[in-house]
Formats: sequence, C-alpha cells, structure tokens
Amino acid sequence: MKALRNYLNRIKPNFEPGGKYHAFRSVFEGFESFLFVPNTTSKTGTNIHDAIDSKRIMSIVVIALIPALLFGMYNVGYQHYLYTGAVGGFWEMFLYGLLAVLPKIVVSYVVGLGIEFIVAQWKREEIQEGFLVSGILIPMIVPVDCPLWILAIATAFSVIFAKEVFGGTGMNVFNVALITRAFLFFAYPTKMSGESVWVASDSIFGLGKTVDGLTAATSLGVASTAKVADAYPAFSWDMVTGLIPGSIGETSVIAILIGAVILLWSGVASWKTMLSVFVGGAFMAYIFNEFGPETAMARMPWYEHLVLGGFCFGAVFMATDPVTSARTESGKYIYGFLIGAIAIIIRVLNPGYPEGMMLAILLMNVFAPLIDYCVVQRNISRRMNRIK
Amino acid sequence: MSSLFSKKNKEVFSAPLGMNNPVTVQVLGICSALAVTAKLEPAIVMGLSVTVITAFSNVIISLLRKTVPNRIRIIVQLVVVAALVTIVSEILKAFAYDVSVQLSVYIGLIITNCILMGRLEAFAMANGPWESFLDGIGNGLGYAKILIIVAFFRELFGSGAVLGFQIIPSSVYEAGYLNNGLMLMPPMALIIVACIIWYQRSKHKELQDK
Repeated sequence: MKALRNYLNRIKPNFEPGGKYHAFRSVFEGFESFLFVPNTTSKTGTNIHDAIDSKRIMSIVVIALIPALLFGMYNVGYQHYLYTGAVGGFWEMFLYGLLAVLPKIVVSYVVGLGIEFIVAQWKREEIQEGFLVSGILIPMIVPVDCPLWILAIATAFSVIFAKEVFGGTGMNVFNVALITRAFLFFAYPTKMSGESVWVASDSIFGLGKTVDGLTAATSLGVASTAKVADAYPAFSWDMVTGLIPGSIGETSVIAILIGAVILLWSGVASWKTMLSVFVGGAFMAYIFNEFGPETAMARMPWYEHLVLGGFCFGAVFMATDPVTSARTESGKYIYGFLIGAIAIIIRVLNPGYPEGMMLAILLMNVFAPLIDYCVVQRNISRRMNRIK
Repeated sequence: MSSLFSKKNKEVFSAPLGMNNPVTVQVLGICSALAVTAKLEPAIVMGLSVTVITAFSNVIISLLRKTVPNRIRIIVQLVVVAALVTIVSEILKAFAYDVSVQLSVYIGLIITNCILMGRLEAFAMANGPWESFLDGIGNGLGYAKILIIVAFFRELFGSGAVLGFQIIPSSVYEAGYLNNGLMLMPPMALIIVACIIWYQRSKHKELQDK
C-alpha cells in the first residue's frame, strides 16, 4: 500500500497543468481517488462529510454483483453444453462462459469509460464514477448472443443521451444500464428477444461446439407464446438456482439474493424499495391469478412470476439505484410497489413484451420526482395543520 | 426594383434558414417533424408543401391585413390556410398519389402546424405582401431543411437507403450489420432534432440561454 502511494506521489507532477501528461490529468485523478481516499477538503462553506463517498458505494455495488456475474458465466457455459450436447465438466463450462461474457464486459467498460474520460477532460472536471456500476450491469442484462458492435453503439448512446446531456453521474433521470437495454430492445429486436439469442451457439477457442439454428426460449417466452392457459412452464428449482436460459446475470435468484444481502448489510440499497417491488409484483400477479384473463402468463403462479426473468435482478440492482429512485422514505414504498405491479401488468397484458421489468423501472424513474414531491407536500400540509 | 431585394428583405428570407430557424430555434412544427421523417421522400414533399402554403397564406393575409377586423382575424387566417392546404392535398393526390398515401393525414394536419399561424400572426399581419412572401418561403425552407436532415439520417440508418435506393451494400449486412429499428420510431427523430439544436447552439453562442 505504502509503495503504491509513494509511486502515485512520484508520478503525480507529470499530470499537473504544465506536466508531461497533463492531457490525462482527469484519468490519473480518477484512478488515484479510486485507490485512495482523496486528502483534499472543501474550500467554501460548511460541509458535512460522510465517511463513505460515491466511489466506495460503487465498489460495494460491484462486489454485490459479482456472485450473479460468476454464476451467469457458469450458466452461459452450462446452457451451451446442455443445448449443443457437447461434453464438458464444471471448469470447461465456466471457462466457456467466461470467454463468452468477458468481451461484453470489456466493450461496455471501454466504450462507457472512454466517453466519460473524454467528457471529463473536455469539461475539465473530475471523472465521475457512475459508470463503474453501469459498465458491469450492461453485460449482465443482455442475452449472450447479443453482438458486440450493437452493445458498443447502445452503450455510447445511453452514456451520451441518458447521462452526459443531463449533466453526468447523479443527474441522470433514467437508469443508464436500462436505457442501454431499452435501446437494444427497440433498435435490434431480433438480437434481444425471440428464441435464438439466449444460448450461445458457437464454439470459443475449441471449447463447446458450433450448432446452427439453435433455439431455446426463456421461460417467460414460453409462457407468452403458449396457446392454452395452463401451458406455462411448471415451477422447478432450476428457476431459483438459475440453470435456465435468460440474460447473462438475471437467471439465478440465489446469486442475486447474495448480492441483495451485501447491499442491505452495507446500507447501500434501501430495503424499503426492494421489499415493496416484490410485494407489488406478488400482489399484482396474485390478482391476475384470481381474476386475470385466460392466458398462460396470467395463470402462471405469482411466485413463479417473481423468480423468472429480470424481476429479481431489477428489484435488487435497478430499482434501488439511489440516483433514479424515489428519495423520500415513504416515497420508496410507493415507487417500489408500482414498479413490481407495472412489471407484471406489462408481462400479462402486453403479448409483445414477455418481460416488463425494464419498462416498468424506466416508467417509474420518470415518476420518482413526482412521488417525492407529493410526499414532501403532504408532510408540509400535515404539519401546517398543527399550527392552525 | 432594387428595393425588392434590399438588405432587409434578404435578411427576412435568410434568417429562418439559419439563426431564426422555426424548428431548431423557435421549436415549432416538431410534431410533423417526428411523423413524416422516417423516409426522405415524404419529408421532402412535406417540406415543399409547407413552404408553398406558408408563402401564399402569408401573401393573402398580408393583402387582407387592413380589412380584416381584429376580433375575427384567427378565423380568417384559418380559412385561408385551410383552403390552401386543401388545394395542395388535391394536387398531391392527383400527381403524386404514392407520396400522398405515405403522408396520409399529415398533409391535412398542416393546418395545425404552429409555424403557419406563427408567421401569419407575427409577420404577415404587420408587413407588406412581398416581405411576407419572402418570409413564408424562408420559414418553409427552414422547416424543410431540418426535415430533410432528420429524414436523411433516419432512412440511412433505419432502412440502409436514401430516397429508396439501397446505400448500405448487402455484403455489410452479411457481415452482421443490422438496421437500427429505433430510427424508424418517432423518439429517434426527436433525438436527431435535439442533436441539430445542440450543434447549432454550441456553434453560435448568441443562441445559448443564459
């Protein structure tokens, strides 16, 4: 640690204005404050500093995402070996998944951080750390066969139009990772939905084997195209452990719950939002179970709705995003409940979208400030009544 | 004759093309800019139709401006615009049927285009017919210019073509390239218009809000 600090101190003058590499000042500054808590203090006014800063919060979220990411890598390999009939052990499957997912993570970080670095240098600001989390979320919410070049375009689009034009990290109205997914979903629907993208069909460096025209539907896809009302996929424990086709990081409920425990234990995410998303989803799915239309999606048991698709992932990692969610404490209940309920409504009532979590969260992102406003105004009028 | 093309009249004509563009600066006529720009051809026809209608309704209202009672001026303006829109719509149906089908209701909806009423109220009611004519042509072309830029990008990236001719070769598609479906949806038109506004305002400091 000491040696690293000394090394940074030694090369620092090169990055100061007038130094050899002053064009990369913001890059250096970003890495330095990522590694060490900065020793500068504010110059004006009275400020209260929390012991934790946003880089530390981001690091915790990334750590919480790692179980789901590692399991997603294994599952990519597992599904590939299962569907192509190739033979391989645990480590071969994991290695296959690693090689399939790693390029997506690299593309997402290179494009996203590249734009952030350029913007930071151009505006002469510090690099903002928001993309640390978005960069790892983006590869986790796309299907494994999503081509890299469209991932790069979508990442660039969402960093520029969902984040930088609003003023950068902390100012965005929408969740950046979800905007990436929404862009992909509407711009390249053939690569984001259907039956041919959820299981990798090519061999990578001799691992696995190439099968043409491989199709595998997600469980929600099966339910949305079912002709009869009781043809929804039966509940199995694979849906909980995550050994089913789906977007890379979203399948395993267990791995996501480990992440949820880390987020809640460290206090980064709000349990109120998380819980109320599940309550809202369960409530709405139960209503459809009892009174809904005669379709497989509506008849699917409520607990199955909660474990399938991106519901858990969205509830734990997307809905709790502190920037785009409601900030008032009672607002969080309303915000979370509506996300869960709307996600199920979209799944059941819109046959075009088997998965409603993305659209539900984006929709509620818009309403989060309104919810906060109403909560604050209600509080004000309640207290004003006391002085009458 | 020299006064016809005086400096002021040139300014009346050229301002809407650049620094006082009805779409990017006054942010008028956005609705139709989203609706008709998925392909370049309807966008061009739409731009020209609006130019013709704006120019002639400006001239007619400018001629009538001293005789129309102030209280009923909006109705008179609407009647004039509606008559011109109907004429243009019939001409399109007669001579360019395919395009008029593509444009469907949007030709009729030129009546509600904010640019038209805006120019009539703001310019034609206070200026002579020749200036009003130049102003109408200028504003129509300023509108058409933005429509054409937006439609060019939307058709190029949404369908891989320009004016219906395939620009992106099929070998690129075989290499894995895909058309961007979002380009054919109205939200992307809004984002392209926003990019044009962004470009224009960052280039011209005087357009930036304080």
